[in-house]
This record gives sequence, structure tokens and C-alpha cells, in this order.
Amino acid sequence: MCGIVGIYLKNKKYNSQLGKFLTGMMNSMATRGPDSAGFAIYSSEKKKKYKYSVCSNTDQVKEISKKLSKQVKDIKVKSISDHLIIETAMKPKKFIEILKNHDELSLVGYGSCIEIFKQVGNPKDVVKNFSLEKFSGSHAIGHTRMATESAITTDGSHPYSTGEDECLVHNGSLSNHNNLRRSLQKKGIEIKSLNDTEVAAGYISNGLSDKKSLKETLLDGLKDLDGFYTFISGTKNGMAIVRDEIACKPAVVAETKDYVAIASEFQAMAHLPNVNSAKIFEPEPGKVYSWGK
Amino acid sequence: MNLNLKKESLRKVNETLQSIDRKSNKKIFKISNPDGNHAICAGLKDEIEVTIDGHTGYYCAGMNMNANIIVNGNVGTGVAENMMSGTVHVKGNASQSAGATAHGGTLIIDGDTSSRCGISMKGIDIIVKGSVGHMSAFMAQSGNLVICGDAGDALGDSIYEANIFIKGKVKSLGADCEEKKMNKKDQNILRSLLKKASINESEIKNFKMYGSARKLYNFNIDNVSEY
Repeated sequence: MCGIVGIYLKNKKYNSQLGKFLTGMMNSMATRGPDSAGFAIYSSEKKKKYKYSVCSNTDQVKEISKKLSKQVKDIKVKSISDHLIIETAMKPKKFIEILKNHDELSLVGYGSCIEIFKQVGNPKDVVKNFSLEKFSGSHAIGHTRMATESAITTDGSHPYSTGEDECLVHNGSLSNHNNLRRSLQKKGIEIKSLNDTEVAAGYISNGLSDKKSLKETLLDGLKDLDGFYTFISGTKNGMAIVRDEIACKPAVVAETKDYVAIASEFQAMAHLPNVNSAKIFEPEPGKVYSWGK
Repeated sequence: MNLNLKKESLRKVNETLQSIDRKSNKKIFKISNPDGNHAICAGLKDEIEVTIDGHTGYYCAGMNMNANIIVNGNVGTGVAENMMSGTVHVKGNASQSAGATAHGGTLIIDGDTSSRCGISMKGIDIIVKGSVGHMSAFMAQSGNLVICGDAGDALGDSIYEANIFIKGKVKSLGADCEEKKMNKKDQNILRSLLKKASINESEIKNFKMYGSARKLYNFNIDNVSEY
């Protein structure tokens, strides 16, 4: 089943409440996906700085920070539950190589404004562990997982990020992901898990790196990705939603002058301000909708 | 009687509505703060009137018998699914599979519905004042689907003996669905349905009727190589 949610704030006055809004949305989607949960938060860009979201399997944060600061100058490490947000000016290519030498760390996502957190467990506990309520930012995407395609692990949880400031959540399943994984890996896209959604995320990264727009890439995906899906994809500039042509997997959008919210079910948005007077609609099959700066 | 879903549990509210004391005069109910909850007003069986103020989730008014249910908002997947009798009136839009498999009663939707409206309907009358999505009236067996707006792809795919009346455009017809000539009897059916939904009867002339070409009913020897 799985639950997917996304919110894009048009009015900056709500930025400090982004985490609170997303918490409510994830909590009410816990019934659709009780296995694991994750979310991506986009906040304001820091010039010439990168944030690396890393999942750690040890609680010796201080030692890790010490080790890393020997290899990387000017590093700031923030620890939240089993995740670390590492901030540095070092460019992704170089830093990811360094991370590969740390078996206790695995990269979840990176970019100039994205932070990603994901964990196994009931979504209600996961959002509490990461104190999601306290986060602020411009837009956010979340997922509650009922596992079908791969094991219940952090690696198998959404959102997936296969490129700078990119992320993808998915409700559904893909049937041609093994072939597609091989062809994307040949092109140099790194796909770590056996999960179908990570392949779709890699497909989008590949499209974007070919200088296609997110909209073009998602439309191409309608031909190349075989299966059932509703995708919410996030980038630095905003978010987009697309449903496959059969549109079995649900989605509802609520748009007001202050925000755009997307969820698998309306109940996930019932707590948002003035939602009852919002423009509410279901995205049509095979059509890409996007909002952004 | 007011029922507030912020204060009372959904189970309690549904139980109250499902076990009406038939000797009592309490016949009119109002539900506030539905907040997209699922299965609100499912399984009602008495002649009562329930107004829901707000948007509901899946299977609202499912399996309804006798009750008259009004929703001042949008409804999720499967509104009035498997309804037997009574009336459900949605003032907003409906999601997928509105009126699915329903045997009787009337479902009126003031807005649009998404895909598969009236899928496998078995005798219900559905009147949609807006448009319907793809695969509406899929395998519809009996009853009437009135669409005042347009229909998406594959309207009436594999339809049996249900009637589709439509005023707007049909994007494409499904397998074995064809346009039919409307006779006096059909016009009378449409007239009474428009009346039920407070739509001007003079609109009848703008409607077209679709039904089954009945070519899938029997095995066609020409298709033997397909098997």
C-alpha cells in the first residue's frame, strides 16, 4: 500500500511550521505503511556548502567527527537519532569517496539544501525519533512504507536520493526495474539497493543530468517505467507528482494561496490551515503536475 | 442530533447510526469534522437523514440501505459502494469507483468523479453533474449512469445491460460499448433521473445513450485462434 505525502509552502510565514505540518501528514499515513518511514526536508541554500545526510550504525558520533575532521577541513557534524548531517564545503565527488572508507556510515542523500532521514519502525515513532516537528524549510516530502519489493531495512526505505538535492517517494511497484537498473548502472548511476524505487530515482537523475527538465523526465518515465506508481519527486526548486496511465495508486492535491499539499488520502491533510476552502483535486493519469520557485 | 468526529470515535458514531431505535423520532443527524475518515456512515439500514459537513475518506455510505446521506464536501474512493437502496448526495467531487457494485438506490454527485465511476454497477442510478474519469461503467451490469459533463477513456468497457446517458464528449469507448437509439422508454428513465437531481428536463435532447453491443456475450468462432 504505502503512504506518500508532500508539501510546498508558497507563503514563507509557514516555513517554521513545515516540520509540524509534515508530522501530522506522516502520522495519519502510518496505517498505509507501518514498516518504515522517511522524509526529505528542503531548507534555504547555503552557498558553497554541502549537507550530507548519513545513516550511522554506531553511536560514537564524537569519534566519527574527529576521524572525519582529520580528512576534511571545516566540517560541522549534527547528530539526530541514528543520522548525521555533515556540513562542509568539500564537493560531493571527493567527499563521497571519503565516506566509502567508513563502513559504519552510509550516505542517504546530499545537496546544498536537502536533508534526508529514514528509519525502520512505525512512522509515528520515526518522526518522533528525528524530532520532525522542529524542522523548518520551504518544502518537504515523506513516505510511510508497506514493503513489497525489497526487505524492511533502512536501505529499503524511501525517500531515495540518487543525485544532488533530488529525492523520490513512490506508492506502487515497478516490474522492469532489474533491466533498468543494469542499463542505468552502465551509464554510471549508482544504485545501491535491490529496491524498485531507487531505480526510478536513478532514472530521474539520469534524465536531469542529460539536461532534461523534471517534467520531461517524468513524462519519458511513462514510457520507460513499467508498473503501478504515484511518484512525488523533489528538487531544490520544488516538487512534482505523476501517476501512471492506469492510476490505481491514489493521490489527492490541496492547493491554497499559501501552500500545495499532496497525499495518498485526504485525511493526511485534514489538519492543514484552511484546507476545507482549498482547491482539492486528484491528479489525472499520465500528467505531470509541478510546483516551485 | 449532532455527532462530532473530533469528540467521538468513528466506531461509536457509526454504531449510533446503525442501531436506530425505530420507535424514536430521532431521524435527522449531522456529522461534523469528518476530516477524511474512512467508512463514515457505512452500513446504515434505516430511513434516516444524515448530513456530513466536510470531506470524507474511502467507502463513505458503503452498503447503504434506506438512508438519505448528504455530504457537504468531497468523498474518497468507493462512495456508496454496494449500496442497496436510499440516496447519497455528494455536493463536491468524488474519487475513484463511485457507486461500485451497487445494487440499488440513487447516487448524485454535483462535481466530477475520477476513474471507474459505476464499475460493476448492478442496478444503482448514478447521476454525475460534472465529468467522469477513465473506465467508467466498466462491466456495468444493470442500472443507469447519467453524465452531464465528459467521460474519459474506455467508457463502458465490457458493459452488460446498464445504460449510460451522456451530454458531453466521450474520449473513447471501451470494448463492446456502442451508441444506442433512445426510445420513449429510455427518455422517460432519463427524465425521471434528471428530475431526481433537479436538472432541467429540457436537457434530455442534448444527451446520447450508450449500451452493450452484446458481441462479447457469446463465443465468436472467428476468434478461435486467439485462444
